[in-house]
Amino acid sequence: MNKKQKRMLARILLAAALLLALAFAPVEGWPRFFLYLVPYLVIGYDILRKAARGIRNRQVFDENFLMAVATVGAIALALYEGSGDYTEAVAVMLFYQVGEWFQSYAVGKSRRNISQLMDIRPDYANVERDGRLERVDPDEVAVGAVIVVQPGEKVPIDGVVTEGSSALNTAALTGESLPRDVGVGDEVVSGCVNMTGVLKLRTTREFGESTVSKILDLVENASSRKSRSEDFISRFARVYTPAVCGAALALAVLPPLAGALGLWPDAGWETWAYRALTFLVASCPCALVISIPLSFFAGIGGASRAGVLVKGSNYLEALSRTRIVVFDKTGTLTRGVFEVRGIHHSRMKDETLLEYAALAESASSHPIAQSIRRAYGREPDRARVTDIRETGGSGVTATVDGHTVAAGNDRLMERLGVEYIPCRGAGTVVHMAVDGQYAGHILIADVVKPTSKAAIRALKEAGVRETVMLTGDARAVADRVAAELGVDEVHSQLLPADKVEQVERLLAEKPAGARLAFVGDGINDAPVLSRADIGIAMGAMGSDAAIEAADVVLMDDDPLKIAKAIRISRKCLSIVYQNIVFAIGVKLACLVLVALGLANMWLAIFADVGVMILAVLNAIRALFAGRG
Amino acid sequence: MKKTYKIDVDCANCANKMEEAARKTDGVESCTVNFMALKMVVEFAEGCDHRAVMEQVRKNCKRVEDDCEIFL
Repeated sequence: MNKKQKRMLARILLAAALLLALAFAPVEGWPRFFLYLVPYLVIGYDILRKAARGIRNRQVFDENFLMAVATVGAIALALYEGSGDYTEAVAVMLFYQVGEWFQSYAVGKSRRNISQLMDIRPDYANVERDGRLERVDPDEVAVGAVIVVQPGEKVPIDGVVTEGSSALNTAALTGESLPRDVGVGDEVVSGCVNMTGVLKLRTTREFGESTVSKILDLVENASSRKSRSEDFISRFARVYTPAVCGAALALAVLPPLAGALGLWPDAGWETWAYRALTFLVASCPCALVISIPLSFFAGIGGASRAGVLVKGSNYLEALSRTRIVVFDKTGTLTRGVFEVRGIHHSRMKDETLLEYAALAESASSHPIAQSIRRAYGREPDRARVTDIRETGGSGVTATVDGHTVAAGNDRLMERLGVEYIPCRGAGTVVHMAVDGQYAGHILIADVVKPTSKAAIRALKEAGVRETVMLTGDARAVADRVAAELGVDEVHSQLLPADKVEQVERLLAEKPAGARLAFVGDGINDAPVLSRADIGIAMGAMGSDAAIEAADVVLMDDDPLKIAKAIRISRKCLSIVYQNIVFAIGVKLACLVLVALGLANMWLAIFADVGVMILAVLNAIRALFAGRG
Repeated sequence: MKKTYKIDVDCANCANKMEEAARKTDGVESCTVNFMALKMVVEFAEGCDHRAVMEQVRKNCKRVEDDCEIFL
């Protein structure tokens, strides 16, 4: 509770106590009026002042005005009728303030909640000077400087490990609770928490350019982009209050007038005036106006806890309507790293074949050669290899342990006159010939991420109708991956410009109201990311290009997060709609009851405050949408 | 030019009113008030003095909602 809230609580308690005491006080007439004026002014002086200022500034129709007119009117009516029943007016003001207090408390609480979620801002960086650690502002650390991160501390700036090894907790960034092991040479992103060992990092960016700054900036500015629901509510509130005031005035004037003219059974103008005042109390739009932005705010907060950063409420809204998801293959559904998938038709032991291949390719920096060396697992002993000859675009020949070894594609085999067995699998094939004899082949392919298949299924369950995969890869590879994953549509051998074209075609074909999301890894697909209704970049830790281009950023590279993001957005939006329908519904029902004379002011204020409290509590539920 | 200002305001509707008042101020191209983050993002028209404009925005906001504050 802040100071304002504490003072308000004191006023509420004081007014309530006074009201209770006065209920037993045997005073009549004017003294009674003045006595009741005390709690009324204690609880409502600021409302009256605001209403008066509003009128002076020609900003008449707001809730202060509604409350001031309703309560002053009720007191005046009690005075006129001589009933001495001032309790009602004071109680209305009291409950209204209770509602406002609760709202301010709930909003403050969820603000704090969300800033705690994103508690990744580092306060300092450790710099070693003359053998001693010194704490400095991360802003002052230059690129290339060496910083020390001790166990339990946050990594303040992006960098590369130069000394030490440790496990990093990336939960605040990715929602992933499994620690990540790092050692010398590994890149470390800021915002992670160092868990076990002391790390020395050479910074690769300034603090302002570091991942942690970018993320904080993104999250803090997220809900500035408003959704259509929010716009709807602010437009609604603009016409609603004047309309209700007009209706109340009509209720106070028209029926008595009709009664006087004999068109209507005359109920006396006091009755109608009372109903009109009750009408004003019941009409306050607070519940709506607060609960909608609060729902979005909580939804965005809940999503960031799950490692899904949404750049605005409008994107959260669009995400909930996603019907088509278009994937870039490499780096999104697949790891984007080549791996040995199999060794076929081998005439010797598989390990020996791989060893020969690794030795023959030991001098090459080609990705294929790297993947073979990785599969081999050891550093090839260069001394065993001589006469390495690379033949551009077809492979290498070399002498390994006295044997002539050729490793390459179909063309190399044809040129050497070796009969080879074509591979049925999709991917890149490296044929091997040892001493002029065919020795089998090694199949190398991009690896599908372990969760990709589950991710496609989860998307279908989340209501996505169509999944499309776009890739620059060869058709055979693309078709195999698509079949394996269960993707509906696949387009292969595309240049970057073709991808934009495909997305534009899908955008033109999709039904109205459906949204298209494009998922990429943020590397050279920025044009597509911005062209789609929602651009989702994944594996964005450390890649600021992706953070900039996308509307939704997945902090790690797990494609399952896409379905999770959609589920969170659905839940948040359903909370928004529940609140809109519930609040407007109860309000309208209440207004009808009041106009018919079936509800008094007590009911009206309970309906108003009750609806607001329920709507706010419902809104806060969105904060937990990312769980489970 | 776009600038972000910290604000203080009590209710969501008041934030909407501030937004509208700011938008109507001369020299303001567009404005969004984020009630939950308590921030006001103002885009200024070409070639105007943003300090002077913000003074006016603050005055206009105070007129519609006297409890609000913009930290310039």
